Amino acid sequence: MELRLEGVSHRYGDVEVIRNIDLSIPKGRIVCIVGPSGCGKSTLLRFLGGLERPTEGVVSQVGQPPSDSINPLTYVFQDFALLPWRTVEGNISLILSDHGVPTKRANAIIEDVLARTKLSDFRKALPKQLSGGMKQRVAIARALAVNPAVLLMDEPLSALDSQTRELLMDDLVDLWTKSPFTAVYVTHNLAEAVRLGHQVVVLSRRPGAINEVIEIDTPLAERRANDPELERTQQHLWALMRAEAEAADMELIDD
Amino acid sequence: MTDSATETSDVRPVEFRGGGFRPSSPRWVGLVVFIVLIALLEWGTRAGFISSLTVPRPSDVFLTLWDLAASGALWTNLAPSLMRLLVGGSIGAVAGITVGVMIGLFSFVRAGLVPLVAAIFPIPKIALLPLFVIWFGIDEASKYALIAFGTFTPTVVATYGAVDNVDRSLIRMGQSFGLRWSTVVLRIVLPGAMPGILSGLRVSLAIAIILLVAAEMLGAEHGIGAYILQAGSLYDLERLFAGVTILSLLGVLLSTTVGLVEKHVLGWRT
Repeated sequence: MELRLEGVSHRYGDVEVIRNIDLSIPKGRIVCIVGPSGCGKSTLLRFLGGLERPTEGVVSQVGQPPSDSINPLTYVFQDFALLPWRTVEGNISLILSDHGVPTKRANAIIEDVLARTKLSDFRKALPKQLSGGMKQRVAIARALAVNPAVLLMDEPLSALDSQTRELLMDDLVDLWTKSPFTAVYVTHNLAEAVRLGHQVVVLSRRPGAINEVIEIDTPLAERRANDPELERTQQHLWALMRAEAEAADMELIDD
Repeated sequence: MTDSATETSDVRPVEFRGGGFRPSSPRWVGLVVFIVLIALLEWGTRAGFISSLTVPRPSDVFLTLWDLAASGALWTNLAPSLMRLLVGGSIGAVAGITVGVMIGLFSFVRAGLVPLVAAIFPIPKIALLPLFVIWFGIDEASKYALIAFGTFTPTVVATYGAVDNVDRSLIRMGQSFGLRWSTVVLRIVLPGAMPGILSGLRVSLAIAIILLVAAEMLGAEHGIGAYILQAGSLYDLERLFAGVTILSLLGVLLSTTVGLVEKHVLGWRT
């Protein structure tokens, strides 16, 4: 299944936040969306999963999601969005049971996703007992449990410290290498974009429009932190964004 | 200025300026306050500083309580009171939580009921007792109604405030996973609002006790309120204070119960 945005524009009252975006998300690839703050990249992600409607344009899914997908368009949020009163296991089982997955199969799914995210020992832990990185792992496990056709990740590592971020990036690369998934990954961190993206979409500042789309051909598993090729791409991205980010930073917020 | 920090002999520890503003409550302090106050009264009444007409001697009040318990009169008064509190309070709390959640969820209910609740809230419910007597009769029903009505409004206000404060990102999460509306309400909104609902319940239950006494002072044969009224009209201060003591204990008991429920239900809070 593919996702497609056609002529998407959006305004909040008088403020135009997104202008005429055409984009398609190819199957089995990770598309990173980067841009200065306030460029509407998170809004774009909410359009993709149907949590918000654009004022103009069409968001469509092309083709059927796999039949065993419980929730085809699944988010991973920046603030994890775990229910604090439910255990790791309970956070996942809530969603499975609501979709009518029988207990036995739900248990098998939970066991599998927890193993894949290295959480097997924390099945009964409450979110308050977990570190930020672990919480995001739980959120990723929960997203994997519903077998999504497209993962929509909204700055998933932005609330974490840089060491945890490195670890989780490695985990994401591992997960993708073992079984490739389709994902849209919104971030303001260019290092994450060049590590995880097959394709990096650079948005301009508000009103957000596509500035450039960069393809990165190096396989994910072979990308190292100080790869000169990636370094150059990152520099290029920064050169594209720098003036925009500066201008966005100086903008007055009046709403 | 020379860089001679290591040479100078003027070495002082940095003054500590943090700390405080984090009240904790060691268990024994509350008890000590009670004991000291009672001891002071006992000493004052015995020494004659305080005349027995101003305040009865604590030991006499205690003896009165003891007699009350021994004669079985305590139970004949306490049982109907507890029953009224239980029935009236439950009706009020359940109705209040239901309406509060609806106000928190539906725009129309909110627009329609918030002004109404704001209009009802400041009415002293005791003033409505005669009305309830006409509507529900002089028997138990009017007392239940008064207590229920009195606990209803604060519960509504606390509940819809609590629902408003539920983390919206959790609700978005539920929607993004395609959860049913009922699941979002029952498994995300309600548990998320529970801390606010329970702290509202503390207030409501205290109000319920106040209204219980008020209701029993107007036409009840038995009950703590009737007992206090009787003692008061006879200027029997020992019995009056015995009754008041029972009410205080009831309040402490209810508050402790809510505390235990909170500890059990809200263990997930950091």
